[in-house]
Amino acid sequence: MSLVQALFYLMSFIALASAVFVAATKNLVRSVFMFFITLFALAGLYVLALADFVAITQIVIYVGGILVLILFAFMLSGKETLNVIAQQRRQFISLSKLPAILLAVLFLIVLINMIFKVDADHLGWISQSIQTKNVIEPEAATTENIGVNLMTGYLLPFEAVSILLMVALVGAAHLSRKEAQQ
Amino acid sequence: MISLTDFLLVSAALFCIGLYMIVSKHNAIQILIGIELMLNAANLNLVAFGKYDKLNNGGQMFALFAIVLAAATTAVALAIILNVYKKYKTIDPDRIDKLRD
Repeated sequence: MSLVQALFYLMSFIALASAVFVAATKNLVRSVFMFFITLFALAGLYVLALADFVAITQIVIYVGGILVLILFAFMLSGKETLNVIAQQRRQFISLSKLPAILLAVLFLIVLINMIFKVDADHLGWISQSIQTKNVIEPEAATTENIGVNLMTGYLLPFEAVSILLMVALVGAAHLSRKEAQQ
Repeated sequence: MISLTDFLLVSAALFCIGLYMIVSKHNAIQILIGIELMLNAANLNLVAFGKYDKLNNGGQMFALFAIVLAAATTAVALAIILNVYKKYKTIDPDRIDKLRD
């Protein structure tokens, strides 16, 4: 087993284990902080898939932006939000969650079945791209190519996303402002 | 090298964990985290397939757009959750069952 493979298995184990912990724990703060670890492990997986720029973006936007936003949201909303979570009725876990577990496991079985049927490594366009050497090599610098593509072929979605971010900014500010006194 | 099937399996497992969180949790913030997990699973697939598209960078580009859209979604969703909490004093989606004021 090469080093890359060992790292891949380590990263995917960390990602899956922390994701299971996020799903299983009842404590909201713990689940948010474990979600940090899931996102970092996913960034590591992106690096192993030779997408360094996406990995950095993942860390900057997800860990630096989204998670801090979530933390702020329930820290600013006061102690009551946390209390609401604490006073959840304590039932026998597996009985009330059984349908959800069943749904998730069955869906996982369907997905795994389909993944082995598809046999993604021998798809037509993938073997074609290996033949035409259209594969990202481990020592390649991809960031420059991403920048060029972003300003040429993907300019329209780029601008659309910028308008959408603007709309979301205005919308979030409008939703969370204080109501005027009547 | 790592095969594509490995990436697909990891991402399928992450997606199912996210699905379980969305269906079973009694807390809107945890449901939001489940949605983020599912988005990340999809991103992992896009990035893994993007390795075989060096010239156009299709997979990585769409992963980037998906990350940005997820950020916008989260901001609006958290604003909505805070408003719902102000009005109903709970963020359990099961107990928010009134349409009128």
